[in-house]
Amino acid sequence: MMVEKKKKRTSEIPTSSLADIAFLMLIFFLVTTTIDVDKGIGLVLPPKGETKEVAKKNIMNLLVNAKGEVMIDEQIVDMPMIRNIVQGKLKENPNLIVSVKTDAATKYRHYIQVLDQLKQANATRISIAEPERR
Amino acid sequence: MALKFSKKTKAETGIPTASMPDIIFMLLIFFMVSTVFKEFRGIPVRLPAAKKIEKLPGKRNVAYIWADDRDRVSIDDKFVEISEIRRIMDPKLRDEIAPLRVVSMKIDERARMGFITKIQEELRETGGAALNVNYSTKTASN
Repeated sequence: MMVEKKKKRTSEIPTSSLADIAFLMLIFFLVTTTIDVDKGIGLVLPPKGETKEVAKKNIMNLLVNAKGEVMIDEQIVDMPMIRNIVQGKLKENPNLIVSVKTDAATKYRHYIQVLDQLKQANATRISIAEPERR
Repeated sequence: MALKFSKKTKAETGIPTASMPDIIFMLLIFFMVSTVFKEFRGIPVRLPAAKKIEKLPGKRNVAYIWADDRDRVSIDDKFVEISEIRRIMDPKLRDEIAPLRVVSMKIDERARMGFITKIQEELRETGGAALNVNYSTKTASN
């Protein structure tokens, strides 16, 4: 009697390709993940209408012109020198506020360079003045 | 003469692959969780370089403002007028799920300060977390 022979149905999910599927998805997410974190120079702007009277001796004027030349307290200085100058001045007066004033035509790159130098000198009190309008 | 000592033991050289799917799954789940899809790309800008830079706290609470050297501003993939910034940033600040914490400024290094100040003035008008500005830069290679 051969009729009795039943076919046993396999009810398992094939798992041999599981690793391949997972690999595929893994590669997809590896490629789409953007690891690069946004980096930059942080600054907190003052709220509108907030003005403070500051003693003149606590202010250091830093001017940047349209060509990217920097002037600190009436003296022209090189961009990489800002750090040392500000560091020295901060040692003398820890309450020093650096007032950065730019020309309306100053390139953003120069402005960032100046901010970078100030940050490297650990100057925390930075004031951004309105650019000169012409 | 039975030379028995010549019998070498065969070392097993196969890497066990039974746990491979588990390891892959672990990696997969890690990348699935950590992936943040780029929502928009902004406008092509050449970022300036700086050394003393800090990381942004994440990508979910950040608003991006793009500005290039042709005095164009782009927020959320749309060109906007400077006067519109306040109107766009306001709902972002009040968002209950992911309130704005930082404004990332992606500004071209050739842009002019007069134009950038106008954007900043508008952010100052907005107030709150919009005052937390991060000037996006590249890492300077000494």
